[in-house]
Amino acid sequence: MNAFDLIRSAVKNSLRSKTRTTLTVLAIFIGAFTLTLTSGVGTGINQYIDTMVASIGADDVLTVTKAAEDTGDGPVEYDPDTTTVAAAGPPGTTVVTLSSADLDTIGDVDGVLSVEPQLRVSPDFVRVDGGTAYEASVGSFIPGMALDLAAGAEPDSASDAYEVAVPVSYVDALGFTSDADAVGATLTFGVMDVAGTSSLVTATIVGVAEEGLVGSSAFTANEVLTEALYDTQSVGLSESSKDSYSSAVVRFDETGTDADLTALKDSLAELGYTGTTVQDSIGSFKAVIDGIVLVLNAFAVIALLAAGFGIVNTLLMSVQERTREIGLMKAMGLGGGKIFGLFSLEAVFIGLMGSAIGVGVGMLAGAGANAVLADTLLADLPGLTLVAFDPAALATIVLTVMGLAFLAGTIPALRAARQDPIESLRYE
Amino acid sequence: MPVPILAARDIHKSYGRGATRFDALKGVSLDIQQGESVAIVGKSGSGKSTLMHLLALLDNPSTGAVELSGRDASSLNGKLVNQTRNETFGFVFQQFFLTPNTSVLDNVTLPLQIAGIRGAERKRRGMAALEQLELADKARNKATDLSGGQKQRVVIARALVNNPSVIFADEPTGNLDSATGKVVEDILFSLQEEKGITLIIVTHDEDLAARCDRRVYIRDGLISDTLHAAPAAPIAQEVRA
Ligand SMILES: Nc1ncnc2c1ncn2[C@@H]1O[C@H](COP(=O)(O)OP(=O)(O)OP(=O)(O)O)[C@@H](O)[C@H]1O
Ligand SMILES: [Mg+2]
Repeated sequence: MNAFDLIRSAVKNSLRSKTRTTLTVLAIFIGAFTLTLTSGVGTGINQYIDTMVASIGADDVLTVTKAAEDTGDGPVEYDPDTTTVAAAGPPGTTVVTLSSADLDTIGDVDGVLSVEPQLRVSPDFVRVDGGTAYEASVGSFIPGMALDLAAGAEPDSASDAYEVAVPVSYVDALGFTSDADAVGATLTFGVMDVAGTSSLVTATIVGVAEEGLVGSSAFTANEVLTEALYDTQSVGLSESSKDSYSSAVVRFDETGTDADLTALKDSLAELGYTGTTVQDSIGSFKAVIDGIVLVLNAFAVIALLAAGFGIVNTLLMSVQERTREIGLMKAMGLGGGKIFGLFSLEAVFIGLMGSAIGVGVGMLAGAGANAVLADTLLADLPGLTLVAFDPAALATIVLTVMGLAFLAGTIPALRAARQDPIESLRYE
Repeated sequence: MPVPILAARDIHKSYGRGATRFDALKGVSLDIQQGESVAIVGKSGSGKSTLMHLLALLDNPSTGAVELSGRDASSLNGKLVNQTRNETFGFVFQQFFLTPNTSVLDNVTLPLQIAGIRGAERKRRGMAALEQLELADKARNKATDLSGGQKQRVVIARALVNNPSVIFADEPTGNLDSATGKVVEDILFSLQEEKGITLIIVTHDEDLAARCDRRVYIRDGLISDTLHAAPAAPIAQEVRA
């Protein structure tokens, strides 16, 4: 029997008992459909994170903190000479602050191009022209970062003027008619110093930023504005308190290799500092997403395994029904290998049908879900396509299911291949 | 004497073991020459089908040997045995063994499909065989929709579609009325005459057996008698085994 006839017969045989084949295909369909959606969600979210990371940009920046002493060995003894500040991260996380001396040390490390203290500014409110005041958080603009702008431009870090980009969600509240209307207006920050005195700092709005996953609703200030706000809020602090920073921003040569970056992190670690890139902090987020998607995929794979037993069952029945036909073909000189091929191809074809339909319907369902969610649940996250499809991943699903079907088919196929022609011909 | 195309050398065949052991053949020896027609005659359960299956290399004897053109069949590899059954032998089994829900033509061309012959050639040869049995108009019908006699003729078309040099036929006329049975007999014997095909026919029917060059009587797993047909053999005489 030639290859074409084998495939043709396998397809024809699988369609012979329509109800049975349909039910088996349905079981595979459910698994493949689920797998398509779960892996689609994984692809969608990771693609979104990737574009977010790209928009944060600043590939040549490390955030450096002073590593707290390892608490793995029990409580750390109090040392009155170190100061700590609450740091971003899980509640209770504290880091030892950095001083100017630390900054100098970091600046001397091989591979560090520049080091700047990261100033944490927390104004009490923002408002426009004596209008309503709103609470706001401020982040500083790191050159190399790419803001996703709805209007205007990014704050100019080289400029001497106070410049700020406002998040798009504040545009209406601050009394502007449109994103473009906000650009060029003056924004007033209210800042309270340590002594409790309020002062005002004014800056020009140069841009309106879309909200993203990271730093979603923060105002983005340029360097001079950040420094001005910091100085204002630090009035009354002792020199040493003013000179302590939770973290520093280090620039390095972005054309270097990954090994160079690792070497830089290692030298910082030797001096007792921790350097983290944007990729590092987002990377752990991705690991969580990947973990969740993996669990979801595992459920889909379990469904597929169950469907695999369905294939075994279907084909065993088919072998049983066709005992005489198999005996006749063997008597007429068809080798065991070809009989094996005939039944395993039938299994693979059933797998192909189930997975192709599952992937196809899964894609349609994903597209439908995207269309609905984009206007409802996910309206606040423009650019997030919840279910995205990667052709390679889809092809992998189809091929995996076909592989699984082949494995399931080997049991009945072997039974058919080993049948004794005479016994099969005597079978009633 | 030329080398026989098929020969049985003291073959025994037993089924089962222990208490249920049954000796279906108890030492049968037989030479079959190319172009000869041999009838295997005997009562039901005497071992006729068993002997035919062994000669057709479908089964292995418990002891003794089947020789194919002088070579011990047990020394041939599986591929060669398959090829021989596919290309050299044609089969008519005691039951029809037609594949249901498949066209008459596809049933007839099964041996060609197994041989790997391509579609167009297969169809041409299948139609030729069907025409020979006056069934060309039924080629597209489902095999299960035919009458008993038509099915028997389809089975014979399937046995000769690959131009075999040996046809094994187990009760080829058993299911047929005498008129149709006569047609089927005529086809088989004309094939023997025209193409020199060897016929090995298992039958109860004395009239059919009498048309063969040789009648081999089997009783309880042994050859009890061998008769040569009068016109074919120059010396017409009974040979007691
Ligand atoms: N697989 C088997 N297991 C046990 N006994 C068997 C088996 N096959 C055949 N037999 C026995 O061997 C004997 C011969 O069987 P065989 O089919 O050769 O008979 P037969 O001469 O063709 O009879 P019939 O004319 O009824 O077809 C029978 O008694 C049968 O019961
Ligand atoms: Mg029989």
